[in-house]
Amino acid sequence: MKQIVAVVALATLAILLWQLAPIAMPSGLGVVAQHYAEHGVQDNRGANLVTSVVVNYRGFDTLGEVTVLFLSVSGAAFVLRRRTGLEVHEPRRASEIVRTGARLLFAPIVLFGTYIFVHGHLTPGGGFQGGAVVASGVLLLLLANKDHPLPHGFLSWTESLSGLGFVAAGLAGLWAGGSFLANRGILPLGTWNQLFSAGVIPVIYTFVGLKVGSELATLLDVMMHAADEEVHQ
Amino acid sequence: MMAGNELYVGTAIGLIVIGFVAVLTRRNLLKIVLGFSIADTGVNLLIVSLGWLPGRTAPIVDDPSMFSDRAALAVNAARVVDPVPQALVLTAIVIGVGVTALMLAYVIRLYAVGGTLDVRQFGRLKW
Repeated sequence: MKQIVAVVALATLAILLWQLAPIAMPSGLGVVAQHYAEHGVQDNRGANLVTSVVVNYRGFDTLGEVTVLFLSVSGAAFVLRRRTGLEVHEPRRASEIVRTGARLLFAPIVLFGTYIFVHGHLTPGGGFQGGAVVASGVLLLLLANKDHPLPHGFLSWTESLSGLGFVAAGLAGLWAGGSFLANRGILPLGTWNQLFSAGVIPVIYTFVGLKVGSELATLLDVMMHAADEEVHQ
Repeated sequence: MMAGNELYVGTAIGLIVIGFVAVLTRRNLLKIVLGFSIADTGVNLLIVSLGWLPGRTAPIVDDPSMFSDRAALAVNAARVVDPVPQALVLTAIVIGVGVTALMLAYVIRLYAVGGTLDVRQFGRLKW
């Protein structure tokens, strides 16, 4: 019975979505999107218009998004902080090749993640994607060796200071440009398609990348060690 | 009716339905979390494909002559797809990761407390 209700409800949902999708299909850019597409290049000198929207026009949303990510990660860490009481299956130790390979690959992966978030205003990518790539390097280390020591102090300081840096950049915009996170008068906008251009956008995206990377790395560490508190205590 | 993005919209709706099938019919908490994750991906794909416009390119300016004057900027605006849904989805992906992490943390705790992943065993809030 429940299965039938589920099938009927989902079929209705699918048909509704399929019928509604053409209504939502735009025939051109909307007023807001038109403004972003026309003024994004002049306002920010960034090649990537999505980054202009995320970091400048909707920068306050991005600050809220970073806060939501922080809250969910600290929620997960809080829930898993206490002894979970799970029996621990000691996994088979990874072979020498896997452990060495992971250590060897870690630096290029972090370098690639850094490249992605430093070039967020020029190419597809940005702070969130680059931070996720950095965290995937940490995941590789932890998969190869569960007890790989992570610099917890460094991670939490990076996380806190980059969050502070984001807010400080926003306040600098308020002071110099007249509105929170404004991209005017703080840093020169520079030349289009140069690494040091687009004013304060690459600075903010670097902060976001560092924050997301260290947050996700901490999360992976907490989840990896959720079960083995028992062993240490 | 639609302009060439039927494949993406259809795939997105398919992913949403697959995800909710898992949420509504599976008993295993991990599979329910997976279902939410799949539905989340479907919603993201749906939003991006609705912002797609036929024959247009990614919202990245790759030509310096594009901002020489206002007319060139208008030409550029007529060449790119809508950047707003892409920015929204960028936000939604990150929030999705955070929510999935929180759900998995609760699943780990529930397994530690109840010793099972069967959602039917956690009925104490039911009446």
